[in-house]
Amino acid sequence: MVSAAATVAWHLAVLTETGLALRPLTVSLEGIGLLGPGLADWREGLAILANRADYRPSATVLPPPAALPPTERRRSGKAVKLVLAIGQEAVAAAGLDPSTLATVFSSSGGDGYNCHEICVTLASGDRRISPTRFHNSVHNAPAGYWSIAVGAMAPSTVVCGFDASFGAGLLEAITQVAVDGIRTLLIAYDTDYPEPLRSVRPIFDAFGVALVLASAHSSRACAEITVTFTVAAPDHLANADLEALKLAIPAARSLPLLQAIAQGRPRRVVLDYLDPLHLAVEVSP
Amino acid sequence: MSPLLFSHFTAMSCIGAGLGQTLDALCSQRGGLAACQFEGIDLDTWIGEVRDVDAVRIRHDLREFDCRNNRLAQMGLAQDGLAEAVEQTAARFGRSRIGVFLGTSTTGILQTEQAYRRRDPVSGVLPADFVYHGTHNPFSVADFTRRYFRLTGPAVAASSACSSSAKVFGSARRMIEAGLIDAALVGGIDSLCLTTLYGFNSLELLSSQPCRPFDAERDGISIGEAAALGLLTRPQDDLDSDAILLLGVGESSDAYHMSSPHPEGLGARLAMQAALDSASLVPRDIDYINLHGTATISNDAAEGRAVAALFGAETPCSSTKGATGHALGAAGGIEAVICALALQQGLLPGSVNTRRADPGLALDYLLVNRRQPISRVLSNSFGFGGSNCCLAFGRAN
Repeated sequence: MVSAAATVAWHLAVLTETGLALRPLTVSLEGIGLLGPGLADWREGLAILANRADYRPSATVLPPPAALPPTERRRSGKAVKLVLAIGQEAVAAAGLDPSTLATVFSSSGGDGYNCHEICVTLASGDRRISPTRFHNSVHNAPAGYWSIAVGAMAPSTVVCGFDASFGAGLLEAITQVAVDGIRTLLIAYDTDYPEPLRSVRPIFDAFGVALVLASAHSSRACAEITVTFTVAAPDHLANADLEALKLAIPAARSLPLLQAIAQGRPRRVVLDYLDPLHLAVEVSP
Repeated sequence: MSPLLFSHFTAMSCIGAGLGQTLDALCSQRGGLAACQFEGIDLDTWIGEVRDVDAVRIRHDLREFDCRNNRLAQMGLAQDGLAEAVEQTAARFGRSRIGVFLGTSTTGILQTEQAYRRRDPVSGVLPADFVYHGTHNPFSVADFTRRYFRLTGPAVAASSACSSSAKVFGSARRMIEAGLIDAALVGGIDSLCLTTLYGFNSLELLSSQPCRPFDAERDGISIGEAAALGLLTRPQDDLDSDAILLLGVGESSDAYHMSSPHPEGLGARLAMQAALDSASLVPRDIDYINLHGTATISNDAAEGRAVAALFGAETPCSSTKGATGHALGAAGGIEAVICALALQQGLLPGSVNTRRADPGLALDYLLVNRRQPISRVLSNSFGFGGSNCCLAFGRAN
């Protein structure tokens, strides 16, 4: 891996010198939604990440998906409840109408419980699976439910980068905002897996973060963030429980960024991406 | 958008391995569907299976990625000079300046389905040889491809069901335009599995005959599999006469239903209009539309209404899924390659298996091949969850 890191560093250095690229991508952050183990919402997360409150790990509590029509509500799984909660929190904080927003959804995998049920059925003597289980199995099911719940016909992109999923989603959203000037709601989330899948993919609970991103210098901005590639090592969190959470759930790789925002002063953090390629994020309140 | 060069493309599907066979099949309107004899599946349906996938040996250093989906990917990566082109691109820009953007819907979930059949009868534990991250995870195909070419730039899997490998063109375009990369390896890889076959069966959307897109008597889809890949770069000044450009990308959401399209094809129409706007084109500029055309009653009706509303009945159009089957997450990719071949060859492909075009849809729907020089085409891809994407391609000259 040393040689790969050296190669990346060399190319980055060359390109920085020639000024060909690495144009910094700066966007405004207009709203945040957060839900995870011991993190009931962004208000609570903000206090914990700013060291004004203690972090007490506890199971994630997912609210019922009130925004969905009754039929869809019955059919929705954990991921749908999670994305509706954090998406609505972020959009409300930004004071926006969710039906107007383009979205980027990023998750390291699909609904593990739904997948488990399908695989059990397909391994049994009677392979007939339910139509609802099938349409809930697509990676973009939460994106589909979100668009139905809020009536959003704007573009929605759904990506996966395994453990690099938060970085992949952030890049997708930031390039959309910076290149096309489209205000974009990024929803990065993961939900837990049941056994036997949990043994091979040990995600233990649900965690999600939603960020409303808009063109730089927005009047609604609570912070500006600038993203570049780096081969510097990713940041660690000082709190051991939060660091453990960050490493256990891919969407929680966002925590160093959220902490920088919570601390309310200019900071540069490095977020995990595709080792040794990582994302340097400068946060300006 | 600024046009991008779409080059060194290749396709692997049931109609052929590589561009030569694919073009030959299109020219002779030869389909590749056959009665399903896959994995002991007991469904009365036809599939577009790629031959000899099981015989592929995944490169030894990448054996943790061994599954049908990555075997199919490796077949695609190794043909039509793509690997040489990637090396040349890496030499020109650097390995960190090439991004990987691949669409897939089910990746290697077949591996998980098989692993569940081999669970320990007492503990329920999955077999020790099952590697989740290299097979089942949606990113596995992008990770595999990035490692196959020893690329060190960004990589992502797009997974929005049947729009996945059209959507990657939009993601790649934005990252090139942002200056984060100079080239993108784009496309889609999706492979047969039980989840989609039994899943579409549960929705009563599988045809018991080779699928008949836009036919008055169409009755459902035939599932296929494919690998389709190509390179996107900023065009140079000295483009050759056969060069193909990505001119526009249009995206939208239905916000209507998880597995049924908006009846009037509203989301589809928005995506096509957005593609035209992105390319600074108007409907009369388009010489051919490669339809999503899955051959279900409601999908084709909704898409047909959307096309008629925007283009009238004058623009030639067809679905090529009667030939290839519906390759789901790879459909957008294979149809992008078919559009590129159509532009290069002046070939408007006629719809395979369609006997009588639906008289309720006022379209210039092609039942037989038409030969004429064409300059600009659209390719439609629409997926579950109401995810819509339309790509505009054109000749450089």
